[in-house]
Amino acid sequence: MKIDALGDSALIINLADEISDSSGLLARVLSAAATIEGAKLPGVVDVTSSYESVAVFFDLPQVEPDIEDKIHVLIASAGVRVSGKKRRVQIPVCYDEEFALDLDRVANHTSLAPDAIVALHSSAEYTVACIGFMPGFPFLAGLPQPLHVPRLESPRTKVLAGSVAIANAQAGVYPLESPGGWNVLGRTPLQLFRVNESPPTLLRPGDCVQFRRITRAQFDVFEQ
Amino acid sequence: MTVSIISAGFQTTVQDCGRIGLRKFGVTPGGALDPISLRLANLLVGNLECTAGLECVSGRLRLRFHDERILAWSGGEFEVRVGDNLVPILHCARVSTDIEILPQRGGRAWLAISGGINVPKILGSRATDLRAHFGGLEGRALRDGDELPLGAESELCARVRDEIPDHVSDWSAPRFVGRGKPLRIIRGKNWDDNIGAKLLAQKFRVAMNSDRMGLRLEGEEIASANRRELVSEAVTPGTIQLPPSGAPVVLLQGCQTIGGYPKIAHVITVDLGYAAQLQPLDEVRFELIELEEAHQLLRKREREIALFRAGLEARFG
Repeated sequence: MKIDALGDSALIINLADEISDSSGLLARVLSAAATIEGAKLPGVVDVTSSYESVAVFFDLPQVEPDIEDKIHVLIASAGVRVSGKKRRVQIPVCYDEEFALDLDRVANHTSLAPDAIVALHSSAEYTVACIGFMPGFPFLAGLPQPLHVPRLESPRTKVLAGSVAIANAQAGVYPLESPGGWNVLGRTPLQLFRVNESPPTLLRPGDCVQFRRITRAQFDVFEQ
Repeated sequence: MTVSIISAGFQTTVQDCGRIGLRKFGVTPGGALDPISLRLANLLVGNLECTAGLECVSGRLRLRFHDERILAWSGGEFEVRVGDNLVPILHCARVSTDIEILPQRGGRAWLAISGGINVPKILGSRATDLRAHFGGLEGRALRDGDELPLGAESELCARVRDEIPDHVSDWSAPRFVGRGKPLRIIRGKNWDDNIGAKLLAQKFRVAMNSDRMGLRLEGEEIASANRRELVSEAVTPGTIQLPPSGAPVVLLQGCQTIGGYPKIAHVITVDLGYAAQLQPLDEVRFELIELEEAHQLLRKREREIALFRAGLEARFG
């Protein structure tokens, strides 16, 4: 466990030295984050996690001087909580040409036929490592090795909401329209971020995700 | 009651102290780029500190009131006019018709109105998230002709109003932000002495494509031994990232929740208000301090605000 300051009002705790396999590490990170959040330490206002670290944000004047020691003890004792059942979420994706803006680019990089790319992308099982970059954006681990393709040389100024994309070892879905540099393979009609719901995101860290191919007609039905 | 936006200026938004505790959903805290300025302006008019007000950037902003309200503002160098009267920074004034807010040297200013701006709360806050298009008024910057709903005034607002002689108060709040000083930083986890030397030795220029997410800096490129992207993890307002281009980016309140670039340093919280004043083509330098000193400065700043609040409560409470 390595604890660093993240500015003057947060700490970031890296757990990569504890576990080498990535899914075990993610389980450990999520367990540590849940433990810190549950402890409701005075002055702690936010807790978030990513692949191998937990970040704890605080309101400095409210914090007790031994907060770093307390966090150390809490995380050390958190272990890896084996949560009963993983949530499984299916995400329907239309891979039609109209939506698959970078299918040709990925085909060029991988020497795979477009159908083979879609088959690989929609047959893999992914785990949500974290939500970030923008509200509701899932960073998905588990992209098959042959599909590891670098980001676009220059990012698009506008990627539409629902775009399903890959970059290097990661897969993701753009919940909102935004600039972006990932390779877009298709689009989902699902809304991944809904401001009026609680929680506001469709996915949570640790969820198991699969993409399911749908036709353009099914996409239109979903959207309604 | 509403306030009418006769002339909306450029990138004027509704902001409060932002959304706290939602980073795990990818939701940035956002809110006023200088929360302390907004908090002081709110205290002056008798509001709760984090009541929603307006963040003004540039262009001429003209508002029309339809009932009597109290106003206060803070931030950069602006001229705020109520009729023929100027409202000095961090004072409060009564207004029942039009006000005008004109950038002088500019930067950003925060305007508090007694009763606050009463747009719906989304995810616990009224702040506008321009990047994700929600909060504030329809998730966007204000336009000419908009009407903003105003909240009901507290009893404290009424007592403050009764004490204001001739439109403008003869009391004021402490002013913390000053131009031209270096931004104080502490080391980030990817700091090394070579990077540090380059960061501290030069004056950077603020690039044109800077926004509420971050200040992009131009200067002599900072070579980094480690150019690969790191595993993405949390970033926070103040974080100075070093992308492969070698041009550092200072993240501001509207920044994303996680990032993959090396975190070479962090602007300390008490200097984020000054960072929020920097405009494209402005020059900026950095000064290194220790984490312990950053903590002392932040505690001192919060004590000063608490003292001011206690003073107001003693006078009007």
